[in-house]
Amino acid sequence: MRAPRPKAAIAAVAVAALAVAGCAESDRGGSGSKDTLVFGVAGDPKVLDPSLASDGESLRVARQIFETLVRPEEGGTKITPGLAESWTPDSTGTVWTFKLRSGVKFHDGTDFNAEAVCVNFNRWYNATGLMQSPDVTPYWQDVMGGFAKNEREDLPPSLFKSCTAKDATTVELAFTRPSSKIPAALMLPSFSIHSPKALEQYQASTIGGSADNIQYPPYAMSHPTGTGPYKFKSWDVANKTLTLERYEGYSGPAAKIKTIVFKTIPDENARKQALRSGDIQGYDLVGPADVKPLQDEGFNVLTRPAFNILYLAINQKGNPKLADIRVRQAIAHALNRQALVDSKLPPGAKVAIQFMPDTVEGWNPSVRTYEYDVNKAKQLLAEAGATNLTLRFHYPTEVTRPYMPNPKDIFELLSADLQAVGIKVEPIPLKWSPDYLNATTAGSAHDLHLLGWTGDYGDAYNFIGTMFDRQKDEWGFNNPELFALFEKADKTADQAARYELYKELNAKVMEFLPGVPISHSPPAIVFAKDVTGVKASPLTDERFSTAEFTS
Amino acid sequence: MFRFIVRRLLQLIPALFGLSILLFIWLHKLPGGPESAILGERGTPEMRAAIRENLGLDEPILVQYGRFMKRMIQLDLGTSIATKREVTTEFLERFPGTVELALTAMIIAIALGIPLGYLAARRRGRFLDHVSVAGSLVGVCVPVFFLAYVLKAIFAENLHLFPSSGRQDPTIDATRVTNFFVLDGLLTREWDAAADALWHLVLPGLALASIPLAIIVRITRASVLEVLGEDYIRTAEAKGLTERMVRNRHVLRNAMLPVSTTIGLLTGSLLSGAVLTETVFAFSGIGAFIADSINQRDYPVLMGFIMIIAVIFVLVNLIVDLSYSLIDPRVRVR
Amino acid sequence: MTITERARRKAEKLDRLGELSAARDDERGVSLWQEAFRRLRRNPAAIVGAVILGVFLVVAIVGPFFVPYSPTDTMGIREGLVKSGQGIIPGSSGDHWLGFDHQGRDEFSRLVVGARQTLLVGVVSTLIGLAVGALIGGVAGAAAGLGGRWGRWVDGVLMRVVDMMLALPSLLLAVSIAALLGAGLDTVMIAVGMVSVPVFARLLRGSMIAQSGSDYVLAAASLGVRRSKIALSHVLPNSLAPVIVQATLTLATAIIEAAALSFLGLGNPDTAVPEWGVMLADAQPYLGIRPALAIYPAVAIIITALGFTLLGEAMREALDPKLRK
Repeated sequence: MRAPRPKAAIAAVAVAALAVAGCAESDRGGSGSKDTLVFGVAGDPKVLDPSLASDGESLRVARQIFETLVRPEEGGTKITPGLAESWTPDSTGTVWTFKLRSGVKFHDGTDFNAEAVCVNFNRWYNATGLMQSPDVTPYWQDVMGGFAKNEREDLPPSLFKSCTAKDATTVELAFTRPSSKIPAALMLPSFSIHSPKALEQYQASTIGGSADNIQYPPYAMSHPTGTGPYKFKSWDVANKTLTLERYEGYSGPAAKIKTIVFKTIPDENARKQALRSGDIQGYDLVGPADVKPLQDEGFNVLTRPAFNILYLAINQKGNPKLADIRVRQAIAHALNRQALVDSKLPPGAKVAIQFMPDTVEGWNPSVRTYEYDVNKAKQLLAEAGATNLTLRFHYPTEVTRPYMPNPKDIFELLSADLQAVGIKVEPIPLKWSPDYLNATTAGSAHDLHLLGWTGDYGDAYNFIGTMFDRQKDEWGFNNPELFALFEKADKTADQAARYELYKELNAKVMEFLPGVPISHSPPAIVFAKDVTGVKASPLTDERFSTAEFTS
Repeated sequence: MFRFIVRRLLQLIPALFGLSILLFIWLHKLPGGPESAILGERGTPEMRAAIRENLGLDEPILVQYGRFMKRMIQLDLGTSIATKREVTTEFLERFPGTVELALTAMIIAIALGIPLGYLAARRRGRFLDHVSVAGSLVGVCVPVFFLAYVLKAIFAENLHLFPSSGRQDPTIDATRVTNFFVLDGLLTREWDAAADALWHLVLPGLALASIPLAIIVRITRASVLEVLGEDYIRTAEAKGLTERMVRNRHVLRNAMLPVSTTIGLLTGSLLSGAVLTETVFAFSGIGAFIADSINQRDYPVLMGFIMIIAVIFVLVNLIVDLSYSLIDPRVRVR
Repeated sequence: MTITERARRKAEKLDRLGELSAARDDERGVSLWQEAFRRLRRNPAAIVGAVILGVFLVVAIVGPFFVPYSPTDTMGIREGLVKSGQGIIPGSSGDHWLGFDHQGRDEFSRLVVGARQTLLVGVVSTLIGLAVGALIGGVAGAAAGLGGRWGRWVDGVLMRVVDMMLALPSLLLAVSIAALLGAGLDTVMIAVGMVSVPVFARLLRGSMIAQSGSDYVLAAASLGVRRSKIALSHVLPNSLAPVIVQATLTLATAIIEAAALSFLGLGNPDTAVPEWGVMLADAQPYLGIRPALAIYPAVAIIITALGFTLLGEAMREALDPKLRK
């Protein structure tokens, strides 16, 4: 055997190659013109057609490629013009007329007009077969309910009725009833307007395969065509990168940086290290503990206004004691939420007094509050005859959510608080995927659990309505009076009147106390020292077209 | 020899069939399903039920297995539940990364481990021996994810010598042929791309190499010590051969047999280390992808990937066994 | 079994045969161990390893009774000293020798109490691996030694099972076991234990096959002793030495594997009892503001694992007749 010699040769070649690589590396570093921004994200996008997406990473990409009829103001949640310049409802609140921008072209050179808008809405509305699967068109089903022809029994009738192109720049959307979701929900990237030509050319609505073997069409995997400031260039799964390039024919101000690369780095520390070593020029989902050090080092840490809620859910079905309002009040008084916010959440986090953030219309400053008071909690428990209470407390592992950066730490603190007032806690940790949500939102074998919500758009119904507008296994209560009031609010076309109803609802919910709202925590996003121009958005609608390198 | 190969390949068929049944049942018996991973907070119990029904997860397990087998016979591994891409595509895009990483780690471990082990044995009880033995002990004991963090902190964050993540600088417009980035660069003559890919392999390769390196140093040292005590070495030295000739013709040649066996066994365990290494270096490979797929209960990916890996493992073992008979004339395949 | 291994085992068998035939049957076991112990005492590496393990054992057993604070008391947060969300975790002070952890608990107390849990995880998971592995390997080895068609068949099937376990990356095996059983201390121990099953199984089987070719087995067989009795009362006890050495080495890897499981979020979720692997994994988000929280448990793990490895390696050398000088 002559192994040693070839091995030595291999080693020599490897060393030589490394040396060459080293030179190449330093060459590139020196001459680098700054026309590329590499941004670190936590996960691969799933699909490039936002109609089929619900994960944040797919939507982040879609927001750069596509535009919607209306869009949130930069850095806020208010509805501002997008592809539509103005919009007005008729007197019934069911027919909305959108006046469209003219002179807009899709990335494939075709014109954007009223016809194109209707092609898009009809594509969603007339979806058949696998396109009706809840994992294929999640947001359409969330907002509009059903389709032209529902193929599943559990689907509600569609909210959307029809789309009419009055002329090239006027489009009329008709709905089956007035709804709080219109027009706010049309800001969602899932209602992005695609090029009709590209939709047809790349069979966007043809989902292949069978139900257990879904195959997305070519459009959704490699040909997204919108009107946004960037167009899709390539998606390199083998290198975990997705590249966008400036769309020179963009109707608004052109993007300042030519190329944007989204690079997937799942580990939080790895993202931080990549930023510090210069591999990437920014990343999302900054750990709360890293905000301060990164700021101190001079990185541009942007804090998004908190647009979320973390709550401790109480299930009234599993343990009869929890149906007693005094026990729920005792739990609320037992929790030292201020200490939790101070110690575990990033700077700028707040204790929540109701189930929605104060930036949304309908927030009520005078709801009943439950301050930290151990004695009161003990007294309430004694009154309710629940001095020997044992509660099953579910918390998720292996996950960070924008509203809950460190579930285990939060659980530990809350659990200690409960034990301090004499409530015994049986900890039930479950992995977020795939067990946790199943276990906490079905059945009644869960007494307490941590969960939260990040708002999709700036309407209170998206928060409190999503949680409390019907009987749900998550909470295990039935309160017809409350549900009726929610329905009334949803169908109230007049905005001012609806906001008043939201305030009333918030007061009622906090009186009824189905769970304890805990905190609103502002997620952070960070850019390199020389990158400016991006405004943090509560809806994570950051626009990379305004980013630029200084100096 | 030919009949030996045919027999081994025929044995593969019942083995794979058995493995597929066991694996299928095992995976589907795991609690939870893919539906909540897909839907997240937005999922209602009704939506989850609809997805389970669509995926056919409520049917008897034999029916589900029948469907899987029917596709499998047509060499169709189906599509991933999580990404909706074809399992074969996923594999072809991610497997090369793991292979590159594992090979790099192996090359580092062998290139450093054998000389160090040899020198340690030759200078037994002296300074170098103690250093390499102690180093190899620590090498085995440092958790890989911690080592990775330290390596990155030193070489990427402070010295800016190596990139801290990924397989290639995304600003390089590289052509993909085989998805082995270094090989692709060489094939397409994009030297820059090849060099950059190689450069990205250094830190993860080092992190992954730590355990095999330590083991190879120890085995080489022990094995060389054993050979050095043999009579024929004394004979060789007595007849006046130079140290170099003794080393090349007698010591290494005889000491390498157990070392190469160990290297063969280590290759399997590299996959395990790759799970952590790929995660902390954001390195696209199958290790981290399989771990994710377990969490998401992505049955088609798990079935497909593990079946393909099993085939590769068997084939590699076959080649290794054949190569022994070439290396060592005393061993004859039967 | 690869062909080379067969060749190597044959060589080892010959060596061992020579040594064994020199000693008298009934004294052999004792003298082998006594001899090994004598050489162990002269090996400085073994002494260092033993001292490390001694300290570790003492800390693990009596330490928890002498810690200054409860390891679960989140006093730092209560007193407003720890604000890890804002990057404030105070380091060591007069009252808290190693400062607070991210939850405002006394780091020193947690490290000390954690020693016991770490020892428990290491020992129990190694025992699980040893027991299951030795069972499989022992049956396979005995079957192979008994020979005959049934013997070969049992041996072959068991070894294919072990091969499959080897083919699946160990960490993935552990991950899927954890997925099956749900998170918990017992899960961690079973998962880590199962990973070492194939190693123990192969080792014991190989060692038993090597022994069953020895002269004393031949002698016993020719005296008319039943073959099953030979396998159990002669071959098995004489084959245990390498398994025991491997167990010592596995203790080190078990502690590290448990840490890796915690890193992947599959560790023991019961936060009442600290464990070094969990502490190391929990410290990851705070590496930026207080790396010491990761360094303390990491160094503790490394030193302990080093202790086990040093002792294990020294035992291997001491028991290996070929390295005897």
